[in-house]
Amino acid sequence: MRKYSVFALAREALRAHKGWEAQWSSPEPRSSYDVIIVGGGGHGLGAAYYLAKEHGITNVAVLEKGWLGGGNTGRNTTIIRSNYLYEESMDIYEHSLKLWEGLSQDLNYNVMYSPRGVMMLSHNTHDMQSFKRHINANRLYGIDNEWLTPEQAKAYCPPLDISKTARYPINGAALQKRGGTARHDAVAWGYARAASDRGVHIIQNTEVTGIRRGLNGEVTGVETNRGFIGAKKIGVSAAGHSSVVMEMAGVRVPLHSNPLQALVSEPLKPIFPCVVMSNTVHAYISQSDKGELVIGAGTDQYNSYSQTGGLQIITHTLDAICELFPMFRRVKMMRQWGGITDNTPDRSAIQSVTPVPGLFVNCGWGTGGFKATPGSANLFAHLIAKGEPHKLAAGLTLDRFRTGRLIDEAAAAAVAH
Amino acid sequence: MLLIHCPYCEEDRSELEFRWAGEAHIARPDAIADITDEEFAEYFFLRNNEKGLTYERWRHIHGCGRFFNAARDTVSDRFLMTYKAGLPKQPVPGVSATEKTVETYEQTEGDAR
Repeated sequence: MRKYSVFALAREALRAHKGWEAQWSSPEPRSSYDVIIVGGGGHGLGAAYYLAKEHGITNVAVLEKGWLGGGNTGRNTTIIRSNYLYEESMDIYEHSLKLWEGLSQDLNYNVMYSPRGVMMLSHNTHDMQSFKRHINANRLYGIDNEWLTPEQAKAYCPPLDISKTARYPINGAALQKRGGTARHDAVAWGYARAASDRGVHIIQNTEVTGIRRGLNGEVTGVETNRGFIGAKKIGVSAAGHSSVVMEMAGVRVPLHSNPLQALVSEPLKPIFPCVVMSNTVHAYISQSDKGELVIGAGTDQYNSYSQTGGLQIITHTLDAICELFPMFRRVKMMRQWGGITDNTPDRSAIQSVTPVPGLFVNCGWGTGGFKATPGSANLFAHLIAKGEPHKLAAGLTLDRFRTGRLIDEAAAAAVAH
Repeated sequence: MLLIHCPYCEEDRSELEFRWAGEAHIARPDAIADITDEEFAEYFFLRNNEKGLTYERWRHIHGCGRFFNAARDTVSDRFLMTYKAGLPKQPVPGVSATEKTVETYEQTEGDAR
């Protein structure tokens, strides 16, 4: 793989950009692999990359039924933060945030990680108490998070309406300055390119239709629409379709698949300096480097695999956006879409061994999986390589639903994330 | 937004009047204090989350207030039938398993036309 650099850019500029090579190769699948990752999103591609880089396992294939990053990796609102309440969550999200900080250099691929700050608005006494509890927990754990008065919040994000007569008055905000955004497609492509360079096979348009088991119940490979491919270990990283894939091995997982929508506006000049979230009135907004306002809506209440959602969900979010930022009232919305999120009962992820030998699962990231991509991938690779979880992910097991040791972020944050 | 037929009110009403209430036909174990942790996890947490035909409960919370059951396709989001609570799982005529897989918004649009 030829490295990307300013010299490569200059060289190609002098010869009409005819020397760029394909970012990853698309080989025919081998008859078998040491590890097969099901799902070519950020988490799956990243796991393949870290398997090759940190554990020396390069006989790996990533099977993707569509195109790389065409699922939730390409459908989210790219928010990155680590200010969660519980230690199990802080461990993994902070591990992830630290990887984000060096990811472009590590992959030799600009993922456009932009630590522009994530500000969470507080609208009432409950919010204030909850956020201050988060801030204290975070700071005791070595994670940055600070309290802002309404005036400080306005100074950090000038479009914000902090007047007393606002429809949704603000009594403060929590700010994580290291939080921000990244370019979602670049994350999938960067991991794919770096993994491919280390010998991983990236195999698109290949849908897993079954998981084959041996005499002792262990996995022996996967059935696909291109025939059988053998595998000693299988890592399932299929997001909203995790239930469907796990069912092929007879494993039930505590997941609900729900549509989550997002939308973007027409491109504007730089106007919005940070990420703002309001959990209470349900609005998530930032501005992409292309200039579009990127807005996240809520989940639909019912299970669905339709990758679309109800219009009332979007209008509810836009109502809040228009009240919080009156200057956006006449902005036109350009595109809207949905992704299928896999939600667990405690809204914390599952990264676990399963009752089936050789089968590992990384799912349940729900509405907040993008920020976890590098950390989740890194720790999932460890789980697959060693057969047991890394200590940072030790609490995310399937077994917690039997023991009752839940990581109840849903109640703690009282929101989607 | 979904249009949902309440089997008690016998009317098609907007989704805004309803709350989704989880998978249908899950029976609470009789002696719940005596079951094992595995059985409790199965009853309390594990769900089918089907892609295709699913049976689920809804509540007409801003109407009659009653729970009822529905058979719905989770790929097209189409309601196949709704029926009163307490009735056994109803077979859906003509649907035995998953409908044709429709992956993208654009393809769903195409089907709708």
